[in-house]
Amino acid sequence: MGSRKVKFGIVVYPGTNCDMDTHYVIKEVAGEEAQYLWHEDLDLKGSQVVVLPGGFSYGDYLRSGAIARFSPIMKKIKKFAEKGGLIIGICNGFQILLESGLLPGAMLRNRGLRFICSFEELLVENDETPFTLLYTKGERLRMPIAHIDGNYFAEIDVLSELERERRIVFRYINNPNGSAHDLAGIISKKGNVFGLMPHPERASEALLGSADGLRVFLSAAKYVRES
Amino acid sequence: MRAKIEVFLKEGVLDPQGETIKRALYTLGYSSIKDVRQGKVFYIELKDKNPQGILEEIARKVLANPVIEDFRWEVER
Amino acid sequence: MIEKKLLQEHNLKEDEYERIKEILGREPNLVELGLFSVMWSEHCSYKSSRVHLKKLPTEGKYLIQGPGENAGIVEAGGKAIVFKVESHNHPSFIEPYQGAATGVGGILRDIFTMGARPVAVLDSLHFGPLDRPGNRTIMEGVVSGIAGYGNSVGVPTVGGEIDFEEEFSHNPLVNVMCVGIAEKDRIFYARAGEPGLFLIYAGAPTGRDGIHGATMASAEFGEETEQKKVNVQVGDPFREKLLIEATLEVMERNLIVGIQDMGAAGLTSSSSEMASKSGVGVELYLDNVPLREEGMNPYELLLSESQERMLMVAKSGKEEEIRRIFRKWGVNATVVGKTTDDNKFRAVWKGEIAADVPLDSLAENAPKYSRPYSAPKHDERFDKKWLRKKNWGNVLRKILASEHFASREWVYQQYDHMVQTNTVLLPGLGPSVLRIKGQREGIALTIDSNPSWGRSNPKQGAVLTVAESFRNLATVGAEPLGITNCLNFGNPEKPEIMGQFAETIDGMREALEFFQVPVTGGNVSFYNETEGGTVPPTVAIGTVGLVEDVSNLPRPERVKEGDGIYLLGWTGRDLGSSVYLRIAFGERGGKIPEIDLQREKKLHREIIRLVREKRVSYTFDLSPGGLLPNFAEALFKIGKGATLKINPEIEEVFYLFGESPSRMIVISSHEIEASVPVRKIGEIGGERLSVHLRGEEIINESVHELERGWRSFFPEIFNP
Repeated sequence: MGSRKVKFGIVVYPGTNCDMDTHYVIKEVAGEEAQYLWHEDLDLKGSQVVVLPGGFSYGDYLRSGAIARFSPIMKKIKKFAEKGGLIIGICNGFQILLESGLLPGAMLRNRGLRFICSFEELLVENDETPFTLLYTKGERLRMPIAHIDGNYFAEIDVLSELERERRIVFRYINNPNGSAHDLAGIISKKGNVFGLMPHPERASEALLGSADGLRVFLSAAKYVRES
Repeated sequence: MRAKIEVFLKEGVLDPQGETIKRALYTLGYSSIKDVRQGKVFYIELKDKNPQGILEEIARKVLANPVIEDFRWEVER
Repeated sequence: MIEKKLLQEHNLKEDEYERIKEILGREPNLVELGLFSVMWSEHCSYKSSRVHLKKLPTEGKYLIQGPGENAGIVEAGGKAIVFKVESHNHPSFIEPYQGAATGVGGILRDIFTMGARPVAVLDSLHFGPLDRPGNRTIMEGVVSGIAGYGNSVGVPTVGGEIDFEEEFSHNPLVNVMCVGIAEKDRIFYARAGEPGLFLIYAGAPTGRDGIHGATMASAEFGEETEQKKVNVQVGDPFREKLLIEATLEVMERNLIVGIQDMGAAGLTSSSSEMASKSGVGVELYLDNVPLREEGMNPYELLLSESQERMLMVAKSGKEEEIRRIFRKWGVNATVVGKTTDDNKFRAVWKGEIAADVPLDSLAENAPKYSRPYSAPKHDERFDKKWLRKKNWGNVLRKILASEHFASREWVYQQYDHMVQTNTVLLPGLGPSVLRIKGQREGIALTIDSNPSWGRSNPKQGAVLTVAESFRNLATVGAEPLGITNCLNFGNPEKPEIMGQFAETIDGMREALEFFQVPVTGGNVSFYNETEGGTVPPTVAIGTVGLVEDVSNLPRPERVKEGDGIYLLGWTGRDLGSSVYLRIAFGERGGKIPEIDLQREKKLHREIIRLVREKRVSYTFDLSPGGLLPNFAEALFKIGKGATLKINPEIEEVFYLFGESPSRMIVISSHEIEASVPVRKIGEIGGERLSVHLRGEEIINESVHELERGWRSFFPEIFNP
């Protein structure tokens, strides 16, 4: 309890490219413990929060995130999820969570068909998740997006279930990619798996234009420490 | 033995690339075009004599995402 | 007997062939002819440019490595900053997406082979005017190629420039600059060490990519060779990413003696250059080279330019460890040769010697030419009608919404410019500024060129380009540490082209010596000629500057209501080659601006001082476009209006739209004093841009309306 550091495990697939950024923020800015998990590892090495960072795992060949879900470590991650462990999938990490079925839905190509890298405004829709407990519902955040496949799709009944169960955590204020229900981030039914397209690790220091994303990591750490 | 697997978006799933191609064809004067859907084709060489089971499985498990995509396969030779 | 036709196909002159025979003491076989052909090509040997390039200054306070290696190095924030620019012009015309993508891949390899993690890409792009669909297709392809490759490997594309000129319709210029950061004590060079070490090939298997003489060679080698020729090289950013990580890991564990990217002339140039620099010989086992296609012959194996391949010289006994690391990253690594003590370049294939030539004859002792040149004619025109009064508001609106000035956001939004979380100043706000994690210091990066200056006066144009680059750095308080350069010209065998080249080098030398900033390397691209057209002399200057404190940068969001607007520097009667002349008169030539380097340097010093003393909210320079368009653009970023009151001593057109170099705007909440001319010309406030000339209001426009035209130009062209 108290000042004990929370151990974050950052999964590295071939082609992942936000692993070091995420590591830096968790360790140097959030002040928690961070370790890398290689995609062939069969052990989460005591990680209390698992992060699937952004990038182009396997070059995004076939479909974004489609090949990564067959990595050996995914079996462990699924077990970890079943036991209620906290998982954050950012951008390509979110796509992997969708492909592996840990979150519902799929990503289509952006409405404008092009890659978009820009700061976007987000609305906090749910401040009671383990990942957003340091936010306030209705708060507006600035976080960058950087993707070409961020146009979320799911069947209507899935979408209404997400709405009904308050599983849409962040919503875009000006939908940049055509995502259904303007959603930018969702959680799993049990609330322990979080996927989002915006990059909180790129918005964790005022020097880089926004520190609004830092509380995603701080919230998860607080949740783990207090449970 | 060579097989062909086609993967395409399910009906009802928006296909922004197909839409764009349709619009482009329209502007080029091909006014009879009603719809364009873009898909992927995989040509697979394999050793099995009776590959049906494998083809079905890899299409379902790997090549297509069942949330948004359907597939069909055929053995070419 | 080797025939004339064969020599022609190999781009070798008869006297060059005589020289080959003299070196070998016999006739070369076909493989050997291929080796000389490629190694003595302009691209590999710099045979036309060397005598001129030697004149450039290459010494500096912050210099770690000058020209002659894969990239140059300067020191900043206690780190080695490795950087270089390279052209990929012709491939980008043939296949814009892949041409640009492989351009990015190639320059990245130049950086990480030196032990540096690539941290930034910038590009200088020139296309034909966008009113033609063909030019739009090229631009769209190039931009998506840069995005497709750079975004995937996870190196941010943080800046650059794009402009349009008629001559680039058939000769687009794609110059890509990459910057990396290494530890000063862990820099790697293209060295082969001592005899008896193994050469390890890592990366993609070899295909028949980029083998120019392949068709002809095939005939000689018989039925084993397929007649298929692949001209378009396809980049694989995923494999490059793995190659970067594996290579950096091998370097971190100190397992290699030297390393070289297999770029132009692939296996031949990489192995021979490393060996030549270390004074050893090299023997290649061609049967071990991993193949992508069947039936490849020695000619093809030695000269293939397949992408994403590296050649390393392993430390003795470390071969297995190296292979293990590459395997972990899913990359193939194989021993393909070893260093010898006989100073020969030898290739063995199927138990026979396929090529055997003295090593130095390929690299160090390639021919050099002092090609004849004639002084180019300078455009000194100045037309009085250019001074005619116009509706300045209309002109401003047109310039803002023109391809020369409109917002490039549509382009840089497609580039991941934030990955690696170092980008402190985002694209569109000035030069790119990157932090160095854990340090107070940062680096400022810019790449600049101006072909219309080069067309009017190559020498003066080069001076102006260098000055502009350093002025850009001054806006973030940065001093230049070193430059890299990409020189894009036509056919050097024509005296007038060689004249442009010689003058350009003179201009660069003059400016660089004056500012005491060294050249650290670069690239010369000749033969940018197709369908009768030749590119204007285009010098892209890529500069790395030192920012003392990245937390103190002038930024538009620092500007407050009521801040004063100050014009610093000197306004001359400079209109030639300006954006204004293009828009208002359809004139793209004319006498280009004069520059007084003493004044220019004084201005930079004062701006840098003001920034470092935290007296500046925001500052920017005024070329190209002149005062009014640049000021309007600044207002868009600030999100406020302003009132300007100007009382120029000369015709107002020079003041509003002229492109005199040594002038800048400073916006500040302090009184600004400096040892260069300073004049307060207005205040920030409201939502409109109001300009008063000698007491009379000549412009009153909604900032928001002006911004709309500026922002929508590219989206309207590309997202109809």
